[in-house]
Amino acid sequence: MLGGIPLLGAVVVALAPPARDLLVKRVALLFSLATLVVAIAMSANYDTDKAGYQFVQDYSWIKQFGAHWAVGVDGIALVLIDLVAILVPVVILASWHDATPTDDGDGPTRHGGLRLGPRSVRGFFALMLAMETLLIGVFGATDVLLFYVFFEAMLVPMFFLIGSYGGPGRSYASIKFLLYSLFGGLAMLASVIGLYVESVQQFGHGTFQLQALQQLELSHTLQNWLFLGFFLAFAIKAPMWPFHTWLPDAGAEGPIGGSVMLVGVLDKVGTFGFIRYCIPLFPDASKTFAPYIIAFAIVGILYGGLVAIVQKDLKRLVSYTSIAHFGFIVMGVFAFTSQGGSGAVLYMVNHGLSTGALFLVVGFLIARRGSRNIPDYGGMAKPAPLLAGVFLFAGLSSLALPGMSTFVSEFLVLVGTFTRYPAAAVVAVTGIVLAALYILVMFQRTMHGPVSAGLEAVKDLSVREVFVIAPLMALILFLGFYPKPVTDVITPSVQATYDHAGRHDPPPVVHTAGNRDGAAAQTDAGASSSGDAK
Amino acid sequence: MNALVHVAAALPAREGDIKAPSIEYSSLSPFLIIFGVALAGVLVEAFVPRRVRRGVQIGLAAAGLIAALVAVIVLHNHREIVAVGAVAVDGPALFLEGSILLLALGAVLLLAERSGDATGGALVAEPAALPGTPQAGELLLSRETVTAVYPLLVFAVGGMMLFAASNTLLVMFVALEILSLPLYLMAGMARRKRLLSQEAAMKYFLLGAFASAFFIYGVAMIYGYAGSVDLGKIHDAVGSSTHNDTYLYLGMAMLAIGLLFKVGAVPFHSWQPDVYEGAPTPVTAFMMTCTKVASFGALLRVLYVAFGDTRWDWRPFMWAIAILTMVVGGVLAITQSDVKRMLAYSTIAHAGFILVGVTASNRDGLAGAMFYVLTYGFATIGAFAIVGLVRSGGSEATHLSQWAGLGKRAPFLAGCFAFFLLAFTGIPLTSGFIAKFAVFSAAISGHAVGLVVIGVIVSAVTGFFYARVVVLMFFTEPAPDGPTVALPSFFAAAALGLGIAVTLVLGVIPSSVLDLAHDAAQFVR
Repeated sequence: MLGGIPLLGAVVVALAPPARDLLVKRVALLFSLATLVVAIAMSANYDTDKAGYQFVQDYSWIKQFGAHWAVGVDGIALVLIDLVAILVPVVILASWHDATPTDDGDGPTRHGGLRLGPRSVRGFFALMLAMETLLIGVFGATDVLLFYVFFEAMLVPMFFLIGSYGGPGRSYASIKFLLYSLFGGLAMLASVIGLYVESVQQFGHGTFQLQALQQLELSHTLQNWLFLGFFLAFAIKAPMWPFHTWLPDAGAEGPIGGSVMLVGVLDKVGTFGFIRYCIPLFPDASKTFAPYIIAFAIVGILYGGLVAIVQKDLKRLVSYTSIAHFGFIVMGVFAFTSQGGSGAVLYMVNHGLSTGALFLVVGFLIARRGSRNIPDYGGMAKPAPLLAGVFLFAGLSSLALPGMSTFVSEFLVLVGTFTRYPAAAVVAVTGIVLAALYILVMFQRTMHGPVSAGLEAVKDLSVREVFVIAPLMALILFLGFYPKPVTDVITPSVQATYDHAGRHDPPPVVHTAGNRDGAAAQTDAGASSSGDAK
Repeated sequence: MNALVHVAAALPAREGDIKAPSIEYSSLSPFLIIFGVALAGVLVEAFVPRRVRRGVQIGLAAAGLIAALVAVIVLHNHREIVAVGAVAVDGPALFLEGSILLLALGAVLLLAERSGDATGGALVAEPAALPGTPQAGELLLSRETVTAVYPLLVFAVGGMMLFAASNTLLVMFVALEILSLPLYLMAGMARRKRLLSQEAAMKYFLLGAFASAFFIYGVAMIYGYAGSVDLGKIHDAVGSSTHNDTYLYLGMAMLAIGLLFKVGAVPFHSWQPDVYEGAPTPVTAFMMTCTKVASFGALLRVLYVAFGDTRWDWRPFMWAIAILTMVVGGVLAITQSDVKRMLAYSTIAHAGFILVGVTASNRDGLAGAMFYVLTYGFATIGAFAIVGLVRSGGSEATHLSQWAGLGKRAPFLAGCFAFFLLAFTGIPLTSGFIAKFAVFSAAISGHAVGLVVIGVIVSAVTGFFYARVVVLMFFTEPAPDGPTVALPSFFAAAALGLGIAVTLVLGVIPSSVLDLAHDAAQFVR
């Protein structure tokens, strides 16, 4: 269905004659915009009153294994597919000059100060569109084997994006990325096979259909082991501390467009997997492991924040902030409250927008200076006030300033966690302080102070760059003030997931002071979560 | 005196009573075609003038393989034991015969390719010429090339088909020799690096002879135990359990050594890297694919048909062998710096993955193993088509460092090679993933969870060295004096296209072939 458009686009772009670079870019942009239009149309037709899967397709694919081409979206998948559809045209526009062999204006051909040889333009855009296809597939699949196929196949275009178009350390970063993800994926494969064999024994015929597999009666030990297989894959993909070490390398060495896709969407597959696969398939095991997972998430929040503060490399810094943000998302998912869960899904969307914006602005900076080092910058606000303003906006959205969409989701996650694990929420709040620190320090070092040598004549944002960043800013602001359209879609699905897993919101307790504060604050956020305060 | 009476009694009373064995010629037609074509090839070698001989041989071999393939397809519903119990015509036999024929066709294409080497292709002009002599130097530059390789290949194919289909251990031994002897010769026919090639042939011959000796000694033991070399009768003897089990276990162990040597399982693997490195690249591809199919066929037949009831005795050993094979192959491949040696070690690891399916000892395991050898074979043929085209100063540039930046020099071929490497890794949307899934799921339903966990870890390890090659090809700047990449002629292009198409199609829509394998996965006894 939807994934067909970028797939076709990828094929067309890959087969384009080598010399027609401009045409290739336009065609790629066109295909990504067409995908966006279809995604919007699909969202408009999505019925928010129904909790189940919609736009369902189901055909037999490999009948020996009982595998199906089964796709469909619930609210969670829909918003993430929309996120993909929004980010890809933005990234394509932002990468307009990234793969160009020669510098023809405002485009960067240098990453981290190292000049790279000529790169294939069509290769870059074809990989990007292939990536989009696989991402839409991964979010849309309702058959576990199909999901696995997309999940693993996704590695290949990303591997080539980092390795072919990245910075000086790209070989190392790409292979690290591939090996971490491959290992996690294979652990999941073992669990997928385990589920399949169990389904053969219990139903008499093997199946991978998510809804059928949820009916399996698994022994406690088996459930724990299978859960760990899935969990490992998603924790590496997300990435959660302590499986995160590939992300700073991949995020820093990848091309800007690749990094946006990597951190903005690809990593969401991990957190999406928690809520789509881990919890519904293994509810008891999820319950068993939730406290430990939340502990890991908190370590990630604090660790990511602290390490981000001391980073000298802009892209590494943004990557570490993401590790902290993923901690929040995971915490929200495993708090098992409807606010926490909805907040986490909303966080995934917002994080894609805000970190995407932040990476893009960092890309604009690097395009001007040719360096990722923070000390190479300084006083950029003077020659390029618009750029500085945009940078500040993206930074503030990353630290979840009220009024920005990220605030809503971070708040929901904290409230949702607090009702079940008050201590965890309290500790996690310090992560917000760290966020203020790393963002503002970075802003101050790059934008304020004396203008560093070589930056006096820096150009401000070009029209293309404004077009790149403006849609993201608009969305961040809009969802900050009026998140209802998104939360309306998300909440019933999250609710259904938790209900199935047998986790309900804890009954309200009024005798603690902390909870009263939380409840009072929630009415402030009122409009955002009207549907989930059950 | 007494003895004489006995003999007289045992002799038939009258001459007319000897019944001629009935031979089902139509059921044996694939073998008859192949051996007939091989003999015709020998005549061609003797009588057809040198000028046109190469073309005639190629055409004859290809036509023979295709004709035999057609015969196999015609027979596809037969399930019987023919030629007085000597040969089985059943699902696994036909499926594997078809696989061998298809893969051999790919190998013929690779042998016929000569654009890689400016002079005469991958094969020597005169195998008997002493390396280093002026004569050898002249021959190296001539357009001449040995054409006897085609009948040899067809003989080997006949032996392989018989190996996978033989229903008695003696026929199996004969088949083992028919397939091995031509391979020993073919391994020594490389045009360049003659000494390395001859060393490979010698090593293969000595170790192969050793393994054959083990095999025939095992046959003797089993005969002592069961009183027959017929696989079905051995099965009955195992079931009746009034015999001395010592002979059974000794015989099984020795048979297994002979078969595992051909399969290339650890600890009987040590010949592979040297032989695969030294042999001409097309011959390496032929050995790695067809021999593997045939020997897994024989191993499966012996284990399932004759010793199916003692599976609780042999499974622990096969588990150990499978684990060793995967781990040793996977780990040693990391340290290799030569493409052919790396692929040799990786083929050992893959033998381990297939053994995971074999040890499942159920129908799914059998089907999975058959599917695996087929898909692995096609990816290997394709990969070797590319290895033969990357050249430096006339000979193949097999050192990995020479492959740096190949993605810039020949993006299409490097992309194809990367695709095959992804298939070897088992990335979805390639046949490698489906094959791995099939054997692993069979093993889990056969309660071999530990084996699958190790298999999964080794898969990640193999991912490392395959990815390293991709990094070298695509993400590294090409060296200024790097290798040249020959433009493939029709033959190599066809082999490559076949490899790519099968790997992709069986990765995306594998249903029909999986079905075929599953339907075929039933031995007759």
